[in-house]
Amino acid sequence: MTTPSPQRTETFPCGLGADGLGEVTRQIPADEPPPLPPNSQLEVIGKPIARHNGRAKVTGAIRFTVDVTLPGLLHGRILRSAMPHAIIRSIDTSLAARHPGVRALVLVARPGDALSATVRYVGAPVAALAAESAAAAEEALRLIRVQYDPLPFVVELDRARAPSAPLVHDSVSVPRGHASGFPAPPDLPLHGNVRGPATLQRGDSAQGFAQADVVLEGEYRTQVQTHCCLEPHAIVADWGSEGLTVYISTQFTSGVRHELAEAFGLPLSRVRVVVDGMGGGFGSKSMLGNYGRLAVVLSRQAQAPVRIALDRQEEQIDSGNRPATWQRLRIGARNDGSLTAIALRSYGTAGVALGAGVGNVADALYRCPNVDTAQYDVFINAGPGCAMRGPGNVPGAWGMEQAIDELAERLVLDPLLLRDRIDASPVRREERRIGAERVDWRRRHAPGADAGVVKRGLGMAQSLWGANVQINAACEVRALRDGSVEVLSSVQDIGTGVGTVLAQVVAEVLGLRPEAITVRIGDTEFPAGPPSYGSRTTASITPPARTAAWQVLQSLLREAALALEVAPDALMAREGRIIVRGEPSRGMAFRDATALLRTDCVSAVASRSDDYGGFRRRMGDAAIAQQDLGGVQFAAVAVDTETGIVRVERVVAVQDCGRPLNPRQIESQVHGGVLMGLSFALFEERIIDQQTGRMVNPNLEQYRLAGCRETPQIEVVLLENYQGRSATDAYGIAEPSNIATAPAIANAVYNAIGVRVRSLPLTPGAILGALGKLRAGA
Amino acid sequence: MRARISRRSFLHGSALTTAAATSAAAAIAGAAAAAVSGRPVTEQGREAVRLGPEAVRISLTINGSARPVSVEPRTTLAEALRDALGLTGTKIACDRGACSACTVWLDGQPICSCMVLAIEIGARHVTTIEGLASAAGLHPVQTAFIEHDALQCGFCTPGMLMSCAALLERMPAPDAQDVERAISGHLCRCGCYPHVVAATLEAAAVRRKRS
Ligand code: FES
Ligand code: FES
Repeated sequence: MTTPSPQRTETFPCGLGADGLGEVTRQIPADEPPPLPPNSQLEVIGKPIARHNGRAKVTGAIRFTVDVTLPGLLHGRILRSAMPHAIIRSIDTSLAARHPGVRALVLVARPGDALSATVRYVGAPVAALAAESAAAAEEALRLIRVQYDPLPFVVELDRARAPSAPLVHDSVSVPRGHASGFPAPPDLPLHGNVRGPATLQRGDSAQGFAQADVVLEGEYRTQVQTHCCLEPHAIVADWGSEGLTVYISTQFTSGVRHELAEAFGLPLSRVRVVVDGMGGGFGSKSMLGNYGRLAVVLSRQAQAPVRIALDRQEEQIDSGNRPATWQRLRIGARNDGSLTAIALRSYGTAGVALGAGVGNVADALYRCPNVDTAQYDVFINAGPGCAMRGPGNVPGAWGMEQAIDELAERLVLDPLLLRDRIDASPVRREERRIGAERVDWRRRHAPGADAGVVKRGLGMAQSLWGANVQINAACEVRALRDGSVEVLSSVQDIGTGVGTVLAQVVAEVLGLRPEAITVRIGDTEFPAGPPSYGSRTTASITPPARTAAWQVLQSLLREAALALEVAPDALMAREGRIIVRGEPSRGMAFRDATALLRTDCVSAVASRSDDYGGFRRRMGDAAIAQQDLGGVQFAAVAVDTETGIVRVERVVAVQDCGRPLNPRQIESQVHGGVLMGLSFALFEERIIDQQTGRMVNPNLEQYRLAGCRETPQIEVVLLENYQGRSATDAYGIAEPSNIATAPAIANAVYNAIGVRVRSLPLTPGAILGALGKLRAGA
Repeated sequence: MRARISRRSFLHGSALTTAAATSAAAAIAGAAAAAVSGRPVTEQGREAVRLGPEAVRISLTINGSARPVSVEPRTTLAEALRDALGLTGTKIACDRGACSACTVWLDGQPICSCMVLAIEIGARHVTTIEGLASAAGLHPVQTAFIEHDALQCGFCTPGMLMSCAALLERMPAPDAQDVERAISGHLCRCGCYPHVVAATLEAAAVRRKRS
């Protein structure tokens, strides 16, 4: 039993927006800083400060994992299965092993061993080797001879559900966890390729439907989306006598360190994980991955550093993906709009892996007393899915947010009015109001009312995402004698700019400019930081950064107080000086205060305390805050009814993330969320050939991504939502900004053409098909 | 993977035959004399030089200085820059001309460096992201990218910058559509396009004011 840490009571600003804020009183740990005033009263926090590593990024100086080179570096390459489902009878590596450049070789599939010798998707690792050059590795790989005994396979969701479908897994090979590393609900029944259902029941849905005046039913489908990080998955593993050092393009240095220690039987103290530049993850770089493990094995065998960087084809087939889903929603409502029951049945496929659930949105977005969800995972012979920006809620909102619009039409209610009645969130209510005003929602016409070939439409949709927090998140702040300041954590900057907001938070406390703070992150030599997934990085690491900076400041103020002959609490830090409150002329430069230090450095390490007022839920190292993150997006589209081409002309994204720390970086992230959602809605789709089991578009030209010419005018409106929940009160934005986009576009397309398309992507063919303009057989 | 045919494997093992009559090949013919092992003839009937498969020494002019380098004929310019010369600012994301991450200038024109071989460059001048800033400081596009936050992860950024800077060289007063056209071949998964356009327009304005 630990004694509860001493607490004190503080009063925080609370409410939406900068004006008319209320107050809330909270108990907080005694060693944490006093409440932060609203952004309007701050110097650095809440300002559009330039990225701390912007210069390194625009000069090409920043080092990404693919740029890391070490003396004697070997090049690793993975031989991958050419078959979608087969038992490997033999692997002949004798020629490859004799290749003069080859220094290490391992088998992933071991013929004769039932579990490892079965490959279940095209691209599954079979063997790996390391050679003195990338070319030698490629040559040697081609010398490996593999004999396959092909097995029947299935690569499509609906077919895999059939009782007669070829079986992807047997009882031994069935995965126990989600590919993203989260535990899957245990002990769910497996029938054929279908595992589940994972169920959630609240109230009595049969009774709820009986009470309904209207029951709406709809089926919605989403395709597989791949992450398409511009920097591929890459690792440089250096196995040495002193331990293991790994450079890896990762969203979680600290987590990878744990995985490595466990996999290779090393103490954590002998494993170091480093990342500087990181070229995008979006969920796919949360874990070590099979390529990472192989690089370490090869490095240990060769006693030399080994780099493995996936090529684009490998990225597309074996680095994770957003599962495809099919869902049927039934919603019961009274004539006034109030929901009486929601029933959801969903089937999703994460390839050979688990984790294709969609139920959170149906369960939690709207007030409804009776909810009944049944979600199934279906195995197919394709690369494992994993978390991708807003996992579960992106397909969940695709269904639910269209269904709610359909319901509104049945009830002859404006979609915004219906949501006002059934959405309990005051934040989204305000977001709807702001967005509606921006797009002039009242002028929205009836579905399909536009005359002419190109029809315009306006639609909206809502987002729901938990405000996630990592408890196991720590940060150190150091002030050095010469007045310089460092902030240190293993947290990684995957492009979101967390280093910049760390500098801002520390600078605000110490009265310095953010450029004056040296940011040292992305290295497990520093205190263990949070992962960059689940939109939790800012929420997890900025409160301890502020706390640590505040504790450092207290030490400095004590020294300065002696010199100035005042009480420490009469002092404050401002504009590079330590000054007496109310007497700004009395004081000393910040660097004169640090010069008084007895040692070269004063340092404090702080870790994430619980949210003030507690969490809603706590799971191991992670927790979910009391309040959710919202977000409402409006889309204006133009649909050419002759070509079927949908053009998104404008998106208004009204978002919230607690206290916004750096509005410009947040705006960038929201642009990214909207564009990824738009790209998902209109263009992206992994296509696997049914005959061969191969992905036919494993590249960046046939797998289409939105480019700048498909980019609409995007307007970001950012709410300030103060709740007094932590030392910074800041939460995440990456995922909430990606969830509402596709359904908002779909609702706008419906408003344009008067026909609803419930399957993604909204290709010209899909639009023309919906309009009945495709010739039969075409 | 067995069924994969890449440019690399296609060129691998077979010597590369280049028409000596083209200016690029003429420039390397001297440097690669030792590698000449026969006198094949091109389709046009001209005498051709045969290079490789082993490495040949060539000299590239990069960011204003001559850089001798030893490359196999199959080595792309992007690989030569990154692996042989340590100029890792140039990024490879697709390695087949689909994303423009690898954009550099060849005699001032933006090109995909993953789509040309190093031995084809000859006397032409290569400018990479490392050469975009001058002694006087960052190029105005670089400054504007920082100010407008026209980058997130930063992996597409060097290529994007090379295209935007090249646009300003040939068009001092572009409008938004001009910028969009200039970067239409670039992919940015982080979704930076709106800020890239804004930054480039501002950089153009700054440059006009200065000159
Ligand atoms: S890497 Fe050259 S175009 Fe993609
Ligand atoms: S900034 Fe990440 S891909 Fe463009």
